[in-house]
Amino acid sequence: MNRKYLPLVATMVVFLALFAVGGMMYRNFLSTLVLGHILADNAFIIIAAIGATFVILSGGIDLSIGSMIGFIGVCMAVLDRAGWHPLAAAAVLLCFGILFGAMQGFVIDFCDIQPFIVTLAGLFLLRGASFMVTLDSIPIRHEFVEAFATTRIPLPGRGFLTSSAIVMLASLAVAVFIAHFTRFGVNVYALGGDRESARLMGVPIRRTTVSIYALAGFYSALAGVIYALYTSSGYPLAGTSSELTAIAAVVLGGTLLTGGVGMVAGTLFGGMILGLISTLIIFHGSLNSAWIMIASGMLLFAFIVMHRFLVSSFDLRGNA
Amino acid sequence: MADRVETRPLVMAMRLRNHRAIWPLLALIVILIVDGIISPGFFNIRIVEGRLFGNLIDIFYRAVPTALVALGMAVVIGTRGIDLSVGSIIAISGAVIAWRIHEGDPHFVILLLSLGAAILCGMWNGLLVAGLGIQPIIATLILMVSGRGVGLLINLLYGGTDPSFESALLQGLSTGHVWLIPTRLILAALIFVALWLLIRHTALGLFIEAVGGNAAAAQLAGVNARLITFVAYAVCGLCAGWAGVILTADTHTSDPVSVALYIELDAILAVVIGGGSLAGGRIYLGMTVIGALVIQALTTSILISGLPPEYNLVVKAVVVLFVLLLQSDDARNALARPFRRAVR
Amino acid sequence: MPAESQSAESQSIERAIEPAIERAQMRAIRKAFPGVLALDNVDFALNAGEVHALLGENGAGKSTLIKILTGALRRDGGEVFLEGRPVEFASTGEAQAKGISTVYQEVNLIPAMSVTKNLTLERAAGRLGFISWRKAGQRVHEKLARLNLDIDVARPLGSFSVAIQQLVAIARALEDDTRVLVLDEPTASLDAQETARLFDILRELKAKGIAIVFITHFIDQVYEIGDRITVLRNGRRVGTGLTGEISRPELITMMIGRELGEVERKYSGKAESRAGRERLAARGLGRRRTLQPFDLSLHEGEVVGLAGLLGSGRTETAKMLFGAIRADSGELRISGDVVSGASPRRSLQAGVAFCPEDRKAEGLIGELSVRENIMLSIQAKQGWLRRIPRKDQERLAAEMIAALGIATSDAEKPVGQLSGGNQQKVVLARALAARPAVLLLDEPTRGIDVGAHAEIITLVRRLCREGLALLVASSELDEIVAAADRVAVLRDRAKLGEIAGADVTRDNIIRMIAGEDGRPG
Repeated sequence: MNRKYLPLVATMVVFLALFAVGGMMYRNFLSTLVLGHILADNAFIIIAAIGATFVILSGGIDLSIGSMIGFIGVCMAVLDRAGWHPLAAAAVLLCFGILFGAMQGFVIDFCDIQPFIVTLAGLFLLRGASFMVTLDSIPIRHEFVEAFATTRIPLPGRGFLTSSAIVMLASLAVAVFIAHFTRFGVNVYALGGDRESARLMGVPIRRTTVSIYALAGFYSALAGVIYALYTSSGYPLAGTSSELTAIAAVVLGGTLLTGGVGMVAGTLFGGMILGLISTLIIFHGSLNSAWIMIASGMLLFAFIVMHRFLVSSFDLRGNA
Repeated sequence: MADRVETRPLVMAMRLRNHRAIWPLLALIVILIVDGIISPGFFNIRIVEGRLFGNLIDIFYRAVPTALVALGMAVVIGTRGIDLSVGSIIAISGAVIAWRIHEGDPHFVILLLSLGAAILCGMWNGLLVAGLGIQPIIATLILMVSGRGVGLLINLLYGGTDPSFESALLQGLSTGHVWLIPTRLILAALIFVALWLLIRHTALGLFIEAVGGNAAAAQLAGVNARLITFVAYAVCGLCAGWAGVILTADTHTSDPVSVALYIELDAILAVVIGGGSLAGGRIYLGMTVIGALVIQALTTSILISGLPPEYNLVVKAVVVLFVLLLQSDDARNALARPFRRAVR
Repeated sequence: MPAESQSAESQSIERAIEPAIERAQMRAIRKAFPGVLALDNVDFALNAGEVHALLGENGAGKSTLIKILTGALRRDGGEVFLEGRPVEFASTGEAQAKGISTVYQEVNLIPAMSVTKNLTLERAAGRLGFISWRKAGQRVHEKLARLNLDIDVARPLGSFSVAIQQLVAIARALEDDTRVLVLDEPTASLDAQETARLFDILRELKAKGIAIVFITHFIDQVYEIGDRITVLRNGRRVGTGLTGEISRPELITMMIGRELGEVERKYSGKAESRAGRERLAARGLGRRRTLQPFDLSLHEGEVVGLAGLLGSGRTETAKMLFGAIRADSGELRISGDVVSGASPRRSLQAGVAFCPEDRKAEGLIGELSVRENIMLSIQAKQGWLRRIPRKDQERLAAEMIAALGIATSDAEKPVGQLSGGNQQKVVLARALAARPAVLLLDEPTRGIDVGAHAEIITLVRRLCREGLALLVASSELDEIVAAADRVAVLRDRAKLGEIAGADVTRDNIIRMIAGEDGRPG
C-alpha cells in the first residue's frame, strides 16, 4: 500500500474503533440510525472543514469559517423575511462566499500578510457584520425548509441520510475530484509542499491562492446555508469557534497543518470522529459540557501524538 | 546604487528597526486625535476619590489584561510558535482562585497557586511543542479546547454552587489604586520591566530569536533549542496567569466558559501590529504594548462615538487591516507607485 | 586544442563547419537590488547545440543573470532576444512556454509529492484543467526513459537520493519544445559516476540542438563538457571564449583577478605539521542505524581528513564528534576527559567547534545580523544569564569580519543578505570566535568560489600551525589530499581505516573505498 494513504487509514481506524467502543458501551449504538444522525448533525461543520482542508493543504489557514456560517445564516433569514426562496438566497450567498474568500486570498498574496492575520480580520468583519444585521435569532419560515428537513434517503437498517448529509457527501465528492483530478488540485499540494519550488516550477501563485480561499469561502458559505436550513433560523452567534472545530476535523483527518500532506476524504472521518465524541458523551447522560470539552481535547491529543509518530516514519528526506 | 524612494520625509531618516515602530504609534495617535475630535473633553483627566479618571486612563486600564497576554504571546511567537490556549489558561487560573478561597487559603498563597497553575499550563504546552515536537498551533489547540472544561471541573471541586468571592488583596491588585494611579497599571509596568530585563538584559532574547529564526542552526550553535522553547511557553503561561488574576478579581467571580473570550486573537493582533511576525524572529515588547493600546483605543472610540457596539468588531477588523497594509512593504509600494511616477 | 593554436585557424575551421545558430542573446543587462548593483552591462549569448559554462565567484551575478533569462526576475535595463526576437518575460511560466527550462541547484521540486505529480505539475492538464492520470503516467514513463531512469514513480520524490532527484528535475525540464536548458550547479551533490551519467545525457541533448547553460565552480568539469566559457565578476562580464582557447591559469585569473600561482601553491603544498597532544578521542563511538562504532583521534596542529562517497556517514561522524548526534555506544574524550551527555554546548565549552555542511538549513539564522550570528556560540557557551555587552559584541564581530575578509559594509545587516561565500565565512567566524582547540569542518568549501576557497584554506592552515586540531569532511578528494596529514576513509556508515603521511593520495583513498586493498568491505 502506498505510504501516503497511511494517515487516511489511521483516521478511518480510529473512527471505527470509537464506533466499536460505543457499540460495546450502549445497546443500539452500532446502527445506521446513529450513523445517520452523526452525519446529519455534523454535515455543516464537515462541509466547512472540507473547504478548510484545501487551505491547510496549501500551507495556509482560514479563521473566518465560523463567522461566515453565522453571517450567511442571518442573511438567509433576512432574505427569507423579504420573501426570497431559500434556494435563490443560497445561490446569491454562495457567490458572496466565493467573492469574500477570493478577497481574503488576494490580500494574503498581494500584501504578503500571513493568512492567520488576514482571515482573523475576516473573522471579525463577518461576525461584526452579523451583529449589524441582527442581534437576535430570526426564524426562517419558507416551506422549503420543511421540505428540506423531511427529505431523506433510507439506509439499510433503521437509519437514513438527511438532505444535509446528502449535500455534504456530494460536496465531498466534488472536493475529492478537484483535489486529485485537476491541475488546480496538484498545485494546491505543491504550494503546501514547497512554496518557493512551486513558484519556480511555474505554479501561478496568485491565481492559485485566490482560488483556494475562494473555494474555502464557497464551502464555508455552503456550510452556513446548510446550518441555517437545519436550524431553520439565522443566529448571529452561529458558528462561533467553528473554525477551530473545522481545523480539528482536518487534523484528525490526517492532514498536516504545515501543508502538502493529507487527503480531503480524511476530513470526513475527522469530522465524524468529533461528532462521535459528543454523541458518546450525550449517550452517557452527563450533559456537562465540561466533559465534552475535556474528552475532545484528550482525543485530539492522543490522535496528534499518534499522527506525529506516524509522520516521522514518513521518510521524506533523501539519503544524503 | 539603487534608489529606495521614501514617500514620507519623516521616515527617511530612520533605520529599519525604527521604521516598523512608526506605524503602531501613528495608528494610536491618529485614533486618539479622532477621539478628541469626536468627543470634546476626551482628554480630560480628573481626580475623583483620590485616583485619576478619564478616557485616556480608561484605555490604559482596560488594555492591561490584553497587553499582559500579548507580551507572553510575543515571546512565544519569537520562537516561531503560537499559543491559542491563553484564554483557557486564564479560565483555569481564575477557577483555582475561586476554589482555594473557598478552601480558606491565605490570599497571598492563593495568588501564588493561581500563577503556579498558569505556569503549569504553559509548561504543558511547552512539553508538547518542545518535547514531542508537535506544531504549536495544534499543540496549544488541545488546551484551548479542553482548558475551559478543566476550569469548570475545578469549580465543581468546591461544590461549584457559588463561584464568586471577596478578596481584598486580589481586588486591590486589580481594581485598586496606589496614590493616583490604578494599581494594575503599576503591576503591568513592573511585569513589563521584569520581562524586558529577562529578554534584553540576558541572552534569553537572543536565544529565543535564534531559535525562532532557525532552530536547527541555533541548536548546532550551542543553544538548547528545546529548553528555550519550553521556557518561552512557560513565560507565556505566567503572563496569562497574571491577566487571569486581574480579570477574575475584577469580576469577583470565576466564569471559565466566558472569561477572556477571544483574548488570544486580540493578543496575536497586538503582537503583529507591534511589528512581530508570526514566522518567528524579533520580539518587540514595547511595540506589542502599543499594539494592545491601539486595540483598546479602538474599542473605546467606538463606545464614545455613539456607534452601536455591534460595529466594534467590524471597525476593529478594518483598522487592523489598514495598519497591516501600511506595514507591508508590497502594499506601500503599490500605493506609492502613482506618486513616484509623478515625481520622476 | 592547445591554447596557443591559432585562433584564426580555429575560427576558419568553425566557419567551415557551420554558422552558429544563436538561440538566445542577452545584451547590456542591468539589474539592481537595494544597495547593490548585481549586473552591470552584461552580455551573454547562447548557440544551439553548445554547452556554455557560466563561471564566477559567489555574488558575481550568475544566478541573477540566469533568473532574468528564465523569467524569475525582471531586468532593469538591457534586452533579451530569443531566436532573434526580443522577449520580455513576466514569469517563469512565460519563459517555459517559449522553450527555456531550468534546473536549480537546490533541485526545487516538491519532496512531499510523488515523482509522477512532480513531473506533471503544470504540464499535464487537459481541457478545462482536468488530469487524466493514465495519460500522465505514459508521459512520465517516456520522460524518464529518455534519461534511462527506472524508478517507482508513486513514491514521494524526497524518498530518493539527491542524484535521482536531480535527474527527475532534468526530466521535468526537458519538454518536447525545449530549446534552452539552464543547469545551476547540477553536479554539486553528485559523485563521479553520477556526474558522468549526467554528462552523457548532456551530450545527447547537445546533439539534438539544445543550448545548455552550465553554471558550475568545478573547473575540471568545465573543461570536460563545456564548449564556451563566460566569466562574471562583481556583476560585470570579464570575458567569453572557447574552452579550447582559455587555459586554466587564465580562467582562474579571470575569476578571481589574482595570480593562480599564489592559490595553487597554498592549495597543493602540505604544511609541515607536528602532531601535538591528543585533543579529541573517540573510542568505539557509534549509534545504531546511523554509524558503526569507530575510533578516531585528533591532535594539535594536525589536519585529519574524512573521505567517503555521498551517504558514507561523513556528516554523521563529524556531528557525533561534536555531540550533535547522541551516541549509544563507546566514549568520547575531549582533552582527556570523558564526556557524558554530549551536546553542542558541552562541546563548545570543552573547546570543540563545528561548521555544518548545509549553511542555510543548519548554519545561519538569516534574520539575525552578522554580528549576532558570529557571537551566538560564545554566548551559548556562557549561558543565558551572562550576556556579552553590546560593545564587546561589536568589537568581536569587527575582528572576525576583518580576519576572514567577510565582505559586508555593515555588521548589523541580516546575514541572509550576504552572498554564499561570505555566509560560509560567517559560519566559520562563529566557530572560530569560540576560540576552539578542535575545529570540525563539514564541506567547508561547498558552493563557494575559488577565491574564498583559497582564503579559507589559508586561514585554517595557519590556525593549524598555531596548534588547532582540525577535522575536514569533504567530498572533494583533491582538497583532502592537498590539506590532510591523515585521512579516515568511510563507506556505508562505517570507518574502513586510515591512511597517513605520504600514502595520502587520491588513488589510495579511492582504492580503500572500493575495497581493492585487501581489507574486508
